[in-house]
Amino acid sequence: MPPANLSPILPDDADVAVRVRGLVTGFGDHILHDHLDLDVARGEILGLVGGSGSGKSVLMRTIIGLNPARAGSVSILGQDALSADVAVRRDLRRQWGVLFQEGALFSGLTVAENIEVPMREFFRLPDGVMDGLAAARLRQVGLPVDTGSKYPSELSGGMKKRAGLARALALDPPLLFLDEPTAGLDPISAAKFDSLIKLLKDTLGLTLFLITHDLDTLVAICDRVAVLGDGKVLACGTVDELRAFDHPWVQDYFGGPRGRAATATTGGKTA
Amino acid sequence: MGSTISWHESDEGTVRVALAGRLTIADVADLERELASRPPRAPGLIVDLAGVTAIDTSGAWAINGLVDRWQAAGHPAQMEGAAPEIDRLINALAAPPAPVRRRPDTGNPIIHRVARIGAAIIAIINNTGGFLAFLGHTLVVLGATLIGRRRLRWHAVIHQGEAIGVNALGIIGLLLFLVGLVVAQQGAVQLRQFGAEVFTVNLIGRATTRELGILLTAIMVAGRSGSAFAAQIGSMKLNQEIDALRTIGLDPIAVLVVPRVIACSLMMLGLAFYGGLCALVGGGLFAWSELAMPPVSYIQRLQEVIPLSDFVIGMIKAPVFGFIIALMGCFHGMQVTGNAESVGTRTTQAVVEAIFVVIVFDAFFAFFFSSLGYN
Repeated sequence: MPPANLSPILPDDADVAVRVRGLVTGFGDHILHDHLDLDVARGEILGLVGGSGSGKSVLMRTIIGLNPARAGSVSILGQDALSADVAVRRDLRRQWGVLFQEGALFSGLTVAENIEVPMREFFRLPDGVMDGLAAARLRQVGLPVDTGSKYPSELSGGMKKRAGLARALALDPPLLFLDEPTAGLDPISAAKFDSLIKLLKDTLGLTLFLITHDLDTLVAICDRVAVLGDGKVLACGTVDELRAFDHPWVQDYFGGPRGRAATATTGGKTA
Repeated sequence: MGSTISWHESDEGTVRVALAGRLTIADVADLERELASRPPRAPGLIVDLAGVTAIDTSGAWAINGLVDRWQAAGHPAQMEGAAPEIDRLINALAAPPAPVRRRPDTGNPIIHRVARIGAAIIAIINNTGGFLAFLGHTLVVLGATLIGRRRLRWHAVIHQGEAIGVNALGIIGLLLFLVGLVVAQQGAVQLRQFGAEVFTVNLIGRATTRELGILLTAIMVAGRSGSAFAAQIGSMKLNQEIDALRTIGLDPIAVLVVPRVIACSLMMLGLAFYGGLCALVGGGLFAWSELAMPPVSYIQRLQEVIPLSDFVIGMIKAPVFGFIIALMGCFHGMQVTGNAESVGTRTTQAVVEAIFVVIVFDAFFAFFFSSLGYN
């Protein structure tokens, strides 16, 4: 068990956006998450780290209801997400945006049409407004506006990712799930991405659940970092708190050359 | 509506618009319409944001658009009273870009139509050329494999054989059994008018072993396996698996196409034989129950009326059809580019063209063998 200050469970009176309790998932005989607990406070950026195959993406997929849970509960913005009926779930889906690892753009639609899909689905907006908003989104995520008329197959991996983020942001959802948003981006774009996320969080009060291995991102923008291992959240706290946490994997992760480099440069600036 | 907009005019003529409430995507359509309703004019505009309680990107976009329109017309426009976070969000989105174009620019519609016709013709020519190249490549690799200069991937052949042949036994057996039954029943109705019901056996025997049995089996295999080949190889292409094979030094034709072509040809041979048998059983059952012809005499009659040549011709055609089906499926799979839609179109094309070419070849075989004297 982690020490009390690194517990993934927030106090009962905390304002929590996502609450996961006793979650069990697995494939066949293999148990991936074994009674996992995790809280994401409203308005925070929570980074999720863990070794390859530790079930980071599966945890995200389970929280957003793409993967069945064997046991446990997930509540999102106060609603029970696992057992909720269809209407509640549909309502919940409007409350969150999801960015998948490869962007998951609809390949038969152009980028602009991709971004407009959620607007079209949930709101009745004139075409001019949607096109204007789509252009603003594209610029927000750092893509040239003429990308809008291109098909996903014409884009590079990093551009797909940013277009995917533009779609996830289309409705300014209060909750954003991002799966490795900066992986595969060049350092300049990744830094821009970080400041975009921070701006959105500060101005819109977004809550972010972020899977990332980008140590710079973790140090620069994450309020708390949750470490996934052995089917549970090993510890959850700020990067500095985690560095003091005595666990071999966590020590290797933050104490390795890359971990030290990230905190030496970015950490000094924020401190 | 969550937002309120009120326009005022000061003594000097400066327009002042006070926004209040929630400026979010739910109201952005009304907001934008209202803000665009007043054309820019001298001496200028003041946007009062003091009453705004919540704003999102859409609201910030609309306000920035308003400010931009006034400034573009040469009249000063400024914002005041915004809370710091709101101010920050609006500033972050300042100078909104022109709306996106949703679809690529197609230019002049008439030229676009003509260009599309041209592109379609070029695509047909390219497709034909591509197919001939693919056929040639496949035949070379196949030939090298058959004379032992290249290793045949037995595992793949057996695996494909199971998917194409063994797993299709149920559906093809049932289908051909029913077809045999129906041919017998319809034939008997017609032949009864001449009192020649006994010739129903000739009809079943000759139609199924030489033509119908083979053709229906081929259509079934094209639907089941030709489509599967196109979709499998197409998805692999999208996933860059074909590129990965090439970089490792493996020839996709040898790894993916040749095993499928061999398995499909062999399995068509087996399935056509089996399907013909099932049709004869179906016809026999009808003859037994409706024409009171016991199975023993049915089999005896079959032996008398079906020339060996019918059976041999059927068995010559079957593997050729199998070859065509596999070739079409693999070719269209390899032609997949870009997106998921392309997998769908190519799969459709694979099945349609496979069946079409099979029927063309069947007609060719019919005339060919007739002119050789095998009627």
